Amino acid sequence: MFDLGKVNDRYLMIFFSIMVLAGPIILAPFGAGYPDLLQRFAIFGLFAIGFNILFGLTGYLSFGHAAFLGVGSYAAVWVFKLLTMNVIPALLLAVTVSGLFALAIGYVSLRRSGIYFSILTLAFAQMSYNLAYSVLTPITNGETGLQLTLEDPRILDAANDTGSLPSTNLFGLTMNSTAKFEILGMTFQFNVGFYFCALILILGFYLALRIFRSPFGLMLRAVKTNQTRMNYTGLNTRPYTLAAFVISGMYAGVAGGLMAITDPLAGAERMQWTASGEVVLMTILGGAGTLIGPVLGAGFIKYFENIFSKINDNVLHGWFAFLPDGLEDVVVGVLHFFVGKGWHLTLGIVFMLVVIFLPGGLIEGANRIIRRVLARKDKSNTTVSAPAE
Amino acid sequence: MDAILLQILNGLDKGSAYALIALGLTLIFGTLGVVNFAHGAVFMIGAFCAVTLQKLLKSYVVIVDPTKTDFLGNPLKVKVPYVEMWFGEAAGQAIINWTVPLAILFAIPIMLIVGYVMERGLIKHFYKRPHADQILVTFGLAIVLQEIIKAFYGANPIPTPAPDAFSGSFDFGVLLGFAENTIIYPLWRLIYFLFSALIIGMVFSFLQFTTFGMVVRAGMADRETVGLLGINIDRRFTLMFGIAAAVAGLAGVMYTPINPPNYHMGMDFLVLSFVVVVVGGMGSLPGAVLAGFLLGILESFASMNEVKTILPGIDQIIIYLVAIAVLLTRPRGLMGRAGMMED
Repeated sequence: MFDLGKVNDRYLMIFFSIMVLAGPIILAPFGAGYPDLLQRFAIFGLFAIGFNILFGLTGYLSFGHAAFLGVGSYAAVWVFKLLTMNVIPALLLAVTVSGLFALAIGYVSLRRSGIYFSILTLAFAQMSYNLAYSVLTPITNGETGLQLTLEDPRILDAANDTGSLPSTNLFGLTMNSTAKFEILGMTFQFNVGFYFCALILILGFYLALRIFRSPFGLMLRAVKTNQTRMNYTGLNTRPYTLAAFVISGMYAGVAGGLMAITDPLAGAERMQWTASGEVVLMTILGGAGTLIGPVLGAGFIKYFENIFSKINDNVLHGWFAFLPDGLEDVVVGVLHFFVGKGWHLTLGIVFMLVVIFLPGGLIEGANRIIRRVLARKDKSNTTVSAPAE
Repeated sequence: MDAILLQILNGLDKGSAYALIALGLTLIFGTLGVVNFAHGAVFMIGAFCAVTLQKLLKSYVVIVDPTKTDFLGNPLKVKVPYVEMWFGEAAGQAIINWTVPLAILFAIPIMLIVGYVMERGLIKHFYKRPHADQILVTFGLAIVLQEIIKAFYGANPIPTPAPDAFSGSFDFGVLLGFAENTIIYPLWRLIYFLFSALIIGMVFSFLQFTTFGMVVRAGMADRETVGLLGINIDRRFTLMFGIAAAVAGLAGVMYTPINPPNYHMGMDFLVLSFVVVVVGGMGSLPGAVLAGFLLGILESFASMNEVKTILPGIDQIIIYLVAIAVLLTRPRGLMGRAGMMED
């Protein structure tokens, strides 16, 4: 039986890389081909892949993953402030700091499982968020958020005498430089920052693929299926779950670092538990436990967030102009609640529908459709061959 | 001494809110075994019942009042609320003034219906699904409810004042022999505490002293056996869900004068009340109430200036710190039973 989750790894990897690298071309006709949004796709895709390594494989539902993202962001911005605007040290520090942070939190939280684990991670994340807002203001700059200033030392960089803030770069290649091409009336924008994020995303995806296929990944799945049995066979599962937790925290840290790289500021609101909820939504929506699912979910949410929040009543009136006047007003009046500022309502409803009817997420939905199509084909084959007997 | 007493009093009102929400969460969890992330949203809906009632009572009609004139001698147009037209001016104003207490009566049937619809319409289908699915679907529901409220009432907090009779404060210290003006406590907070104590008492005596409550308790202990005895336990549990929703809703109604309600108040309280439930012990009703008050009081102690100078920021994190400490040292919480959510 055909299954999207069982495509040959090499083809999957090639397909994924091409789709990501050609993102600016593929998505341009859908109005999503501009760098800012593409970067968000890549960053949140990476975040969701990391979350999926924990939730999809071990079944531990963390409600505090945004804390690692926030910590990664702060670390990266501090490198930009103190050392250099080069992105490599920033990314390295972001990974290290968030990994250590995840190690500490994971060590404590993983002593419990199930709902207690969720609450513990939630408590830790809320604690970090509250601290970042209040006491840690010297490090986090409180409500304003951590920003670059002209007075920052940046000891490794040449003196900045341009009078404007320097931008992040990779050995001189500026992150926000964009090459624009006009072909067939469409603008294609190739942005350095996006391609940097995209390369990291592909690398992260490859690592996740290897983890999924490794004995380690198998062990994590065994933990999800029946942890008690694993313990009875004499195996201590804690190191495995802790490793998964730290790895997924590091993914979140990289995502946070990339956020700071594409836009060098960091704020505490990135650590709030609603932000943690968002990555849960992405992963579940796409399909937890599948490789492609989380990236798909992240893209889906970020894309429709972008599209839906731009639709206002005027746009709706334009769409439904063909309806009779009274009916048009009614339709627009109803849809008004679901678009623009009401986008979260749509997201909530879609999410609930997915959890209720498609626990495997969009990937399972795609699988079901493909299977049904294939089954119909089989049936038509048999009916054709039947009279011949 | 007076400072300590003052902080205990200060902690009581927040503690009452925590205790009421946590009580509802525990009722749902203990009976149906469902982890309800939408319970904070139910609290918020309760608060918005009061807002709605206030809006309804203040709905007015514009009439020309011949007795009042502007400086040119023309009769003035005045806004007259319907209640003032129906019951006379003084009675009408009194009714509007007493919106929040009246909202209790208004909220009870609404919250029971909300709870009933939630359980029959959605939660029922999730009994056999893993806890993670229950968390996720109720989390989605919470988002939906909160966005609906936001769409109708906007994003800003809506002031809903307490009746004038209760808007002052109360010199608590005099009663206990302290000098005047040392322990001053807003009257409404005192009422909130008494009200929540009353509700908690009612819920406990309902469970303890009625046949219905006895059956529910039996069902909490062993659902299958109660079912085998020919009792329709599901229907009673559905009602308990409604009662839990009503308890949270009333907590929300009475909380509106303390903090003007906005659409995300539910989420703010939800996280804390989950922490409260876990500290008290999953599935233990007295534990939830005890932990609610304890954490409320602890939070208010931590926000004393003397404490904050020694440990800056402690007021922001004390509840979480306690929760982490309790979970790691007493995994079942303060009064938790064995075998609850151990898997």
